[in-house]
Amino acid sequence: MTTPLLEMRNISIHFGGIKAVDDVSIDVMPGEVVGLLGHNGAGKSTLIKILSGAYKKDSGEIYVDGKKVEINSPRDARDLNIETIYQTLALSDNLDAASNLFLGREIVTRFGLVDDTAMEAESRKIMARLNPNFQRFSEPVRSLSGGQRQSVAIARAVYFNARILIMDEPTAALGVHETAMVADLIKELKAQGLGIFLISHDTREMMELCDRVSVMKNGQLVGTERVEDVTEDDILSMIILGKNPKREMA
Amino acid sequence: MSNGLGNIIKTLQLDTRLLGMIGAFVLIALVFHIATGGTFLTPRNLFTLTLQTASVAVMATGMVFVIVTRNIDLSIGSLLGIIGMLMGVVQVQVLPEIFGFGSPMIWIITVAIGLALGAAIGGFQGWLIGYLAIPSFIVTLGGLLIWRGGAWWVSRGTTISPLDPSFVMLGGATGTIGVTASWILALVGSALTIYGLANNRRKYISHDFAVKPLWAEYLLGAILVGAICGITAIMNAYMVPTRILERRFAAEGLEMPEGYTEAYGFPISVLIVLAVAIAMTVIARKTRFGRYVFAMGGNPDAAELSGINTRLLTVKVFALMGALTAIAAVIASARLGSAGSSLGELDELRVIAAAVIGGTALAGGVGTIYGAILGAFIMQALVSGMGMVGVDSPLQNMIVGGVLIVAVWVDILYRRKTGDA
Repeated sequence: MTTPLLEMRNISIHFGGIKAVDDVSIDVMPGEVVGLLGHNGAGKSTLIKILSGAYKKDSGEIYVDGKKVEINSPRDARDLNIETIYQTLALSDNLDAASNLFLGREIVTRFGLVDDTAMEAESRKIMARLNPNFQRFSEPVRSLSGGQRQSVAIARAVYFNARILIMDEPTAALGVHETAMVADLIKELKAQGLGIFLISHDTREMMELCDRVSVMKNGQLVGTERVEDVTEDDILSMIILGKNPKREMA
Repeated sequence: MSNGLGNIIKTLQLDTRLLGMIGAFVLIALVFHIATGGTFLTPRNLFTLTLQTASVAVMATGMVFVIVTRNIDLSIGSLLGIIGMLMGVVQVQVLPEIFGFGSPMIWIITVAIGLALGAAIGGFQGWLIGYLAIPSFIVTLGGLLIWRGGAWWVSRGTTISPLDPSFVMLGGATGTIGVTASWILALVGSALTIYGLANNRRKYISHDFAVKPLWAEYLLGAILVGAICGITAIMNAYMVPTRILERRFAAEGLEMPEGYTEAYGFPISVLIVLAVAIAMTVIARKTRFGRYVFAMGGNPDAAELSGINTRLLTVKVFALMGALTAIAAVIASARLGSAGSSLGELDELRVIAAAVIGGTALAGGVGTIYGAILGAFIMQALVSGMGMVGVDSPLQNMIVGGVLIVAVWVDILYRRKTGDA
């Protein structure tokens, strides 16, 4: 068996008296899409925020290529080529697309000043690939549509040679056409060998896009299954009842 | 606005808010010019106006950063007071004993101490805000009381004067650079402006971005160069009164030649404002620090998730505010030639008002340096104009208060109309 691209082992975190994530282990292989499912408050987003450096875990370990790593800040995660597309998109609404895309990693001139024209040129290049209709480069992202904002957030995650991509509800705010575009992108990135964690409420979409799904309930991992081994109903009962009926029977 | 003019403004990519503020300034100036029977729009009055605005304008540029990051600084008036007082003590009571009276080291060391003190106090307040998460309103409200009390405590209520003669020149009332140097400066400024426009255009073309039509670039260049030369001409038109010239010649034991005249040119304090304005604009638009200030104002969580250390950024923003307050303290005490313990009183409110009139949104994320400086000029024009017309001081405050509220209301309407949040 090959080494997972990324592995989170026995992760726990609590806020006050509540165990938001309780001894959860998940992993992803290169070129694999792993779905995270569960009700609101099941702990999916919290788990993912530990990986992206937004929260600090209380216990557990994280391995990249089999090597133990420490992620104490978003910067650490980025340095490990772990990129995140947040559900809230995490864009600064008052800045334009290029400034958001390069936020924290600006291209600078030899005098150390930010090079806006170079950043806009790079933004145009990647946008031409992701969303060819996107033209509004010099406007604050607040004036963009939901789909356009989403493509800025996606562009930011894929531009910097991500190896591990976390997508938290990437299609929640999108129309049918744009959702299909995101699905195509996920397939393309997967083919390039990225490991992808996908969070969504849409079970059918998950069955189509993911190789494996991990289901969480009340901060605990209910189980991880290959999608070809389970039906949509099995997944739903895992989400709702917290157990897999087939496994119970066996 | 007629469609033709609207198109020209759009092609030039001018900020309509900026045009509105210039319009408001011109309107105020014209009204007072008429009401005073023609004394408001004179070189002498405009010269005085710039001197009076200088210290508030310097602080207003820093307040833009503070407000853009969703903070406020109420302590700057008091901070100006205690820094001015300590610089007064240092240059009058300490340094002359070491270097001898009149040594140029006196003003240099004094200013350096002031800057270090301002940055340190500002940075400390920023640390309380960023790392201990005490709201900036509370920290700087405390600072307002503490530093004003400190200024009194240092001086025991006395006023320190006269200040060092070289230091006093920084205030601009006695320190001007004369006609020739002013014109040289205007030429250099114009050349840099044209170079900047051309360089920008070249960069855009090299990346295949859309550029303005050439006539628009020329028009924009002409407007900017015209503004630079116009302001220089005004400063160079304010003549030194004959009495003062005669006295100066007499002091050197010479007879003043018949018909000899001399103009003031740019005051040093106004040059300091210009330097601060350019530096702060570059910081805001062209440095990572400035970019992060605006990113944090737009969405603090997003900034944090992008790997920006927003706590340290808060410390830096307040340290910068403190350093600019020190520069303002130099200008304010030097202009008066003395340091009293009430120096800078209520300046925090003038500065906040200038930034807000200049289009800085208290919700954070939005604001410009030139807007804040223009805001400071508009406020000062209003106050000086009312003084010249003979409006009582309490009524002046009431009118300025009303103008502030109306200005922000107009700004809200403007934003709603342009969809600019």
